[in-house]
Amino acid sequence: MFDGVSEVLRLQALRKSYNIGMPNEIEVLHGIDLVIGRSDFAALIGPSGSGKSTLLNLIGLLDRPSSGEIYLLGQATQGLDDAALTALRGNAIGFVFQFHHLIQAFSAIDNILMPLMLAEGKPDKAALQRARELLAAVGLEKLADRRPSQLSGGQQQRVAIARALITEPALLLADEPTGNLDTQTAGEVFELFRQFNRERGCAVLLVTHDPRLSATCDRTIDLVDGRIVSDVVHDTAGSGGATFSE
Amino acid sequence: MYSPRRFWIEWTLAIGFLREGRAQSLMIMVGVAVGVAVIVFITALIQGLQANIIERTLGTQAHIRLQSPDEVNVLLPAAAGTVQLVQEDKRAQRLRSINNWQQVSAALDQLPVLTAVSPLVSGPAFARRGAALESVALMGINVERYQQIIPLDRYMVSGLLRVGAGDAMIGRLLADNLGVRVGSKLRLETGEQNSAVVNIAGIFELGVRELDSRYVYLDLEQAQSLLNLPGGVTVIDMTVADIFDADSVAAQVGRLTSLDAESWIETNSQLMNALSAQSLSTNMIIVFVAISVAFGIASVLSVSVVQRTREIGILRATGATRQQILRVFLIQGAVFSLLGSVVGIAVSYGLVWMFNSFGPGLFYIPVSPALVMLAIVLATFTGVLAAALPSRRAAGLDPVVAIRYV
Repeated sequence: MFDGVSEVLRLQALRKSYNIGMPNEIEVLHGIDLVIGRSDFAALIGPSGSGKSTLLNLIGLLDRPSSGEIYLLGQATQGLDDAALTALRGNAIGFVFQFHHLIQAFSAIDNILMPLMLAEGKPDKAALQRARELLAAVGLEKLADRRPSQLSGGQQQRVAIARALITEPALLLADEPTGNLDTQTAGEVFELFRQFNRERGCAVLLVTHDPRLSATCDRTIDLVDGRIVSDVVHDTAGSGGATFSE
Repeated sequence: MYSPRRFWIEWTLAIGFLREGRAQSLMIMVGVAVGVAVIVFITALIQGLQANIIERTLGTQAHIRLQSPDEVNVLLPAAAGTVQLVQEDKRAQRLRSINNWQQVSAALDQLPVLTAVSPLVSGPAFARRGAALESVALMGINVERYQQIIPLDRYMVSGLLRVGAGDAMIGRLLADNLGVRVGSKLRLETGEQNSAVVNIAGIFELGVRELDSRYVYLDLEQAQSLLNLPGGVTVIDMTVADIFDADSVAAQVGRLTSLDAESWIETNSQLMNALSAQSLSTNMIIVFVAISVAFGIASVLSVSVVQRTREIGILRATGATRQQILRVFLIQGAVFSLLGSVVGIAVSYGLVWMFNSFGPGLFYIPVSPALVMLAIVLATFTGVLAAALPSRRAAGLDPVVAIRYV
């Protein structure tokens, strides 16, 4: 709690309800406590409807909790306005979605630069250099000027991963990043996450249905019916801040 | 807080979206162009038409006429406590001179709002040639001064622009009725046991039937003696720089001189009514065209917001603020209308050129740069305004919902 350096994310008694005040009010998350460390590589698993995506959206500051607190890099986020949340999200968090979600009107490299351009405007030389490095890292250096419609699904997902990493986030969130890919491509994409986690020291939290993927993660967090039922660290190497909750 | 560096990405996104939805963008721009072309063409047409009508009307009229007030009966006030019943006949208005007109005229010459001042004497007479008798209006003028009010030299059809020393100019219809031509003699008779034989020096055609069949221009002195008003003038004609200011200048001159001043606007009140009714209907057309163009822009952008729901969600997740999303769509509205209005202006220039070259040729339509600028600025403003609602909807999208939108 006082060690803001070693932890990226801390959730405290996080609750989320929908349709508040209406007869069909429903609580999806029933008080989540969770800490993600600096270089964690964690899988969030659980059956459909267990609240994985809701939790991910809350952590990503895309949605707001009904109660509880989210500390991102030691900073409390309740009570921040839209602009402050957007700025914090831009600096600290990278997103990768299931359906890669690129902006169709822009080339691969422009899509990668988008978070930087939204925050700072026209990219400078250093930013372009960084985007090219990331493109090379995901193996697409030759396809920089292709539009998303001219790329395969795996290639689009790699562009999306590069985009998530352009701001050098402390935490990379991925919602079923390989759910839409064949096994070989999925393996390659998963390896990319591994590589960035190892080389750049960014914490990774990915939601997945695939037991083979979650088994290769350092840590597995199992969410059932809005509660964390187990939180297991498989491999002590490279999971500095992992803890058990409850 | 808001810098051009941040505007750049909003602009880039807006243009990217416009280019991606090329067919839609093109269609709405054509819509804006047609609207702007119609508005500019109609405005220019009506402006040209009205300017032409006013110019023709004022070509044969002074902007302001100054005359002596009517003579009235002065009644002695009744003694207190008595009731006075009055049966009064209006007095006959004899022809009389403006009192002290030389000084009035000299004072008016000093007024900067007046561009020309021309005293003249005007009265009724008969023109006789052989057995033919026509009633005419004698106009005793000082040619140099009168020329500034009505440019007679433009209307001469034969002979010379000359009065004085027994020379007169008459209208074309009068000349036809009396069968005279330049060089013929004509006897002018007034009711004052006065008559004179004049030489016809020139024949004019003002294009107004009433004037062409009645006006006889004479030298001021000769008309004064014929009308038995030696040294007097009955009317002072004036022109002003801004013709639509004539009413207020007339009121000012009237107060200054204690005489009756009547502006052309009063004299032609029916014409002015017609013109303002025409302007009103033109403005209504413009407003309704502008509204339908605005709705076109709004509906295209609304569809675009729905189509881009997911992309808006991604942008929000990758660091775009609500304000940035709002501006991306406002910029699209502005660009639609700016480009559309530029094309529309080009089209309206084409229409005006066609009208001027191949139209009925009754009058010429000018397109003022001010109208063009105003059309562009107003169209762009309307575009931004029309984009406001869809933009607000885009900015208000919940990113969580937007990303999952299929």
